[in-house]
Amino acid sequence: MMRLPLFRYEAPRTVADAARILHAEGPSAMLLAGGTDLLPNMKRRQQTPAVVVGLRQVVGLRDMRWGDGAGGNGKKAPARGAAAKSSVALGAGITLAHLVRDRRLAEAAPALWQAAAQIATPHLRAMGTLGGNLCLDTRCNYYDQNYEWRKAIDFCMKKDGKICWVATSSPKCLAVSSTDTAPALMALGARVRLVSQDGTREVALTDLYRNDGIEYLTRHPDEILTEVVLDLGSGWRSTYWKLRRRGAFDFPVLSVAAAARFEGTGSKARIAEARVVIGSVASRPMLAEETATFLVGRPLDDETIAEAATRATSVSKPMDNTDFVLSWRKRVTREFVTYALRELRGDDQTALRRRFTGHNLAFGEVS
Amino acid sequence: MSQHEHRIIGTPRRRVDGRAKALGQTRFADDIVLPRMLHCKLLRSPHPHARIVRIDASRALARPGVHLVLTGRDLPIEYGILPVSQDEQALCLDKVRFVGDPVAAVIAREELIAFEALDDIVVEYEPLATISDPDEGLRVATPRIHEYGEEGNIHKRVAFAFGDTDAGFAEADHVFEDTFFYQGNTHLAIEQHASVAAVDPDGKLCIWSSTQTPHYLHRALAKVLAMSPAHIRVIATPNGGGFGGKSDPFNHEIVVSKAAIVLGRPVKICLTREEVFYCHRGRHPVLMRIKTGVKKDGSITAMHLQTLIDGGAYGSYGVASTFYTGALQTVTYRVPRYRFEGCRVFTNKPPCGPKRGHGTPQPRFGQEIQLDKIAEKLAIDPAELRLRIVESPNAVTANYMRLGTIGLAECIRRVVERSEWKTRYRRLPEGRGIGIACSSYLSGAGLPIYWNAMPHSGVQLKLDRGGGVTVFCGATEIGQGSDDVLVACIAQILGIDPFDVRAVTGDTDLTPVDLGSYSSRVTLMMGNAAIQAAERAREQLAAAVAPHLEIPPTRLVFAGGRVFDTEDPAAGISFREAVCLAEARFGTIGTVGSYTPPASPARYKGGGVGPSPTYSYSAAVVEVEVDPTTGWLTVPRVWIAHDIGRALNPTLVRGQVEGSVYMALGEALMEEQTFRRLPNKLSKALVHKFPSMLEYKSPTTLDMPEVFTDLIEDPDPRGPFGAKEVGQGPLLPIMPAVANAVYDAIGVRIDEVPITPEKIVKALDEKRAGRTPRYGPSAFPEIAWPEALRVPPPWEGGDGHAVNDPPRPRSAKKSKVIHT
Repeated sequence: MMRLPLFRYEAPRTVADAARILHAEGPSAMLLAGGTDLLPNMKRRQQTPAVVVGLRQVVGLRDMRWGDGAGGNGKKAPARGAAAKSSVALGAGITLAHLVRDRRLAEAAPALWQAAAQIATPHLRAMGTLGGNLCLDTRCNYYDQNYEWRKAIDFCMKKDGKICWVATSSPKCLAVSSTDTAPALMALGARVRLVSQDGTREVALTDLYRNDGIEYLTRHPDEILTEVVLDLGSGWRSTYWKLRRRGAFDFPVLSVAAAARFEGTGSKARIAEARVVIGSVASRPMLAEETATFLVGRPLDDETIAEAATRATSVSKPMDNTDFVLSWRKRVTREFVTYALRELRGDDQTALRRRFTGHNLAFGEVS
Repeated sequence: MSQHEHRIIGTPRRRVDGRAKALGQTRFADDIVLPRMLHCKLLRSPHPHARIVRIDASRALARPGVHLVLTGRDLPIEYGILPVSQDEQALCLDKVRFVGDPVAAVIAREELIAFEALDDIVVEYEPLATISDPDEGLRVATPRIHEYGEEGNIHKRVAFAFGDTDAGFAEADHVFEDTFFYQGNTHLAIEQHASVAAVDPDGKLCIWSSTQTPHYLHRALAKVLAMSPAHIRVIATPNGGGFGGKSDPFNHEIVVSKAAIVLGRPVKICLTREEVFYCHRGRHPVLMRIKTGVKKDGSITAMHLQTLIDGGAYGSYGVASTFYTGALQTVTYRVPRYRFEGCRVFTNKPPCGPKRGHGTPQPRFGQEIQLDKIAEKLAIDPAELRLRIVESPNAVTANYMRLGTIGLAECIRRVVERSEWKTRYRRLPEGRGIGIACSSYLSGAGLPIYWNAMPHSGVQLKLDRGGGVTVFCGATEIGQGSDDVLVACIAQILGIDPFDVRAVTGDTDLTPVDLGSYSSRVTLMMGNAAIQAAERAREQLAAAVAPHLEIPPTRLVFAGGRVFDTEDPAAGISFREAVCLAEARFGTIGTVGSYTPPASPARYKGGGVGPSPTYSYSAAVVEVEVDPTTGWLTVPRVWIAHDIGRALNPTLVRGQVEGSVYMALGEALMEEQTFRRLPNKLSKALVHKFPSMLEYKSPTTLDMPEVFTDLIEDPDPRGPFGAKEVGQGPLLPIMPAVANAVYDAIGVRIDEVPITPEKIVKALDEKRAGRTPRYGPSAFPEIAWPEALRVPPPWEGGDGHAVNDPPRPRSAKKSKVIHT
């Protein structure tokens, strides 16, 4: 079997201690939460930290705190007539399985729940964490290979090599953002808290990412992602659609997260605010901002959906480094945006879901 | 003695090895840990094709914890599973032939040390031009991947003409000609290959290994290590799945054996998943052209099949695989005249070999799709068409395969009825469809892999005074349930509880030879041998018990752990007492049984591939849903009926049928062992695209449809209690049935596997553009076929010999016989 390389293991009990260790060790140290991403990568020698800082015993990282708008930055008020606005702060160490079993979260933030419920397998969700999934290493068929395989292609620029084999003239690495929760949380307008020895900062989740397969996070090496903060204004609906070959196990090769707040009811319903995010088609989740702008003020009728799907597809620029043929992934983007928007509109998409995901994605049916 | 009733045979039972497996107590090869055991890792070639100029292992040897480095010089003797393809070396000596070919082995105190020491070994290579596919192999004669074979990079070409096919086509009302492509795929057994070798205190070598063929490994080890087989013991540990992927003798098995001998310490290797992809021996990619002539009523007048086979870098079973792509086209439907040409080409990729169905799923895929096209053209229901042309029981086919019982018509009727075929075929809404296909498969290869006249399976029985029975047989438990079949046969004859029988299997020191768990041969051959051994034991017991009960032996019944009078069941003794009586009278009770398949009427060169004591048959209906926009394809339901002859343990039989459906859907929908060539000016690399269980896509439980299984029981006198095979046959009809269902759903033909949404979308684009609504290969390359061996079928006065085969010297003939 493949063996882990030797490394030093640190097991701090507090965020402050963890931050201090990270600061002292510099970039040769890496954080370990569930380990479902880092440990296989270490076995394949894709990531070779000298020091591994385990977050398992750090107090507070698994807390889930509900509040009444604790996003705490005075963003604009919820829709007229809305019920009490709520918010939730999710500890980065909460396991994906824990998220999937939380009914309140499933109801308040469907896109996040649907995303978490479709990650990997029950076994991996039992170990993998929310923070780990947000910081997931970017993936590529030329990179996610063992040491000997990568040696046979003379490595690639993401690790040990010089060239990007996906596009040999590319100056930057084209590894793919493969997180499920990030597109969902971006659509929900999430913010994340980063703690270092020097203090704490909070950034919009979208600002955590960079479209670069190697430097895909704006997180500094000495920072710890401790918390995800989510304002759950009422009137918002959200959804997450994931494309993958099989009903389990696979990383997304295309995902669409969409959230919208409606004003008015029935035939008068118009979109007041919207966010559409296309995942797994670049080194970061892509905000389809132009699509969101287009949607505002319109009813979500077939015509609007068709136009929005076309606009959103232009954001999708997949490369040939994941499962499926890239031209087909690009083509299917349009359909997936359509499915997502129809679901926001309230169409029953259960049968389609079942076909694409292998299960109903209903609360209680996923562990 | 009367058989009384089949209390064990035919009853769904918990398998005898089920408890240990469910509790995680089965000891697989990787579970074996011996005192002072060392660990081995293999350094593998990063080049697809290169000459080895120099190897310097001095730095690796200097690393603390490293005990030994072996290179090709330590193990230069060539070996291979087939006598005609002795083309492998345990560690490459002069050149490497694919990325992953091993060049050196490090044996160290820990696996991590061995792994890290691999990077210390300096290997200087001189790269050679890469042959990446059969097209290239046909075009490029040099460099040659091997110095043997037909010519250039062509490994094997075969050509047969069974009757006058030209006349057959002239007689036909319609002639259909199609090309198909079947992509390669691998076995994906959950257990990665592992071996532990150790030298016994008496100096003899012992190896525990996850192998399906301990006997053939025994022979290969004796050859390469230049040791007497008497000093080598091979123990086949229970395999965590085999499917044909553990049927060759492997380099890692030879390497740890050598290392154990050199060091005098146990040495273990457990391959990584990547390395299992390099061992491969999986499904050959096959391009095929099929030409079939039919009368208006659907009867076939002639068939001409050509196959072009991507062999990978070594021979493996490839010569047999080549014959197999043509051998079984005649055993399902009546084909009065048949022509077959096959060509296997070496390429710089892991070697292909036998995977479940060995060489036959590919042409079966093509033939069954073509039958669907024929049915449409003739306006005959495809199920009805098949019923009309099913071959007759006990027939001898155009290529001299002698058939046994055929339950295919009943299989077809059953799936048609259960799937409500008649009201659903061509009547489902757009995007939903059903398709049908059939198949047949061997119940064991009629000839062994190396030429010999000895039995194919042997069984020994030892009866204990305590009433227990130990049965010894070389057969290997690979998850298919062979231990259970063995025990059930013995328990049935002796009338005892299967759990009172201990099976000792797959151990070359302790058990008589069984050729191995391949070609669906174990139940039939081992079962017949077991029945013979048990009947002989029962005779001895009866001879001792009859005088004791003062009745003739013919009145004795062995059942329920007793031996009693059929006319007065209360008069009897326990089985244990019977054993004691027999031992008192005859001495130690031990019997043997063995099985040799009947001689085949095929007497022509190459006719050794295909004959079997009998054949199994299957029919399947598959339902699909296809999204017309994205091409997304799902399979909600499968109906399958399998002609098993007799189900010895229906639980196991159903497991094999459902497992076959599962594996088949993987091949039909997603699995592909494919390779990536990097831009030529930058790299010579030719690497496996995704040697991992994550990215080599195989279905999960969530992708598994509902499967409705029917077993058709029409006992075949050639099988034990009438049983035929089930391990491989039920896989075959699924792939073409999926393709046919896709056509029913959306009117496009996908003439290759895997059938992916991308291909469906392309075919739909063609349809919308008014072109042929099809995705698949368009041409078959020109190949310089040899003169066909002309073998007139029985109805043209043939006797099984070729009329134009020049007589060969006897010794040459011996070495050239190809069997599996």
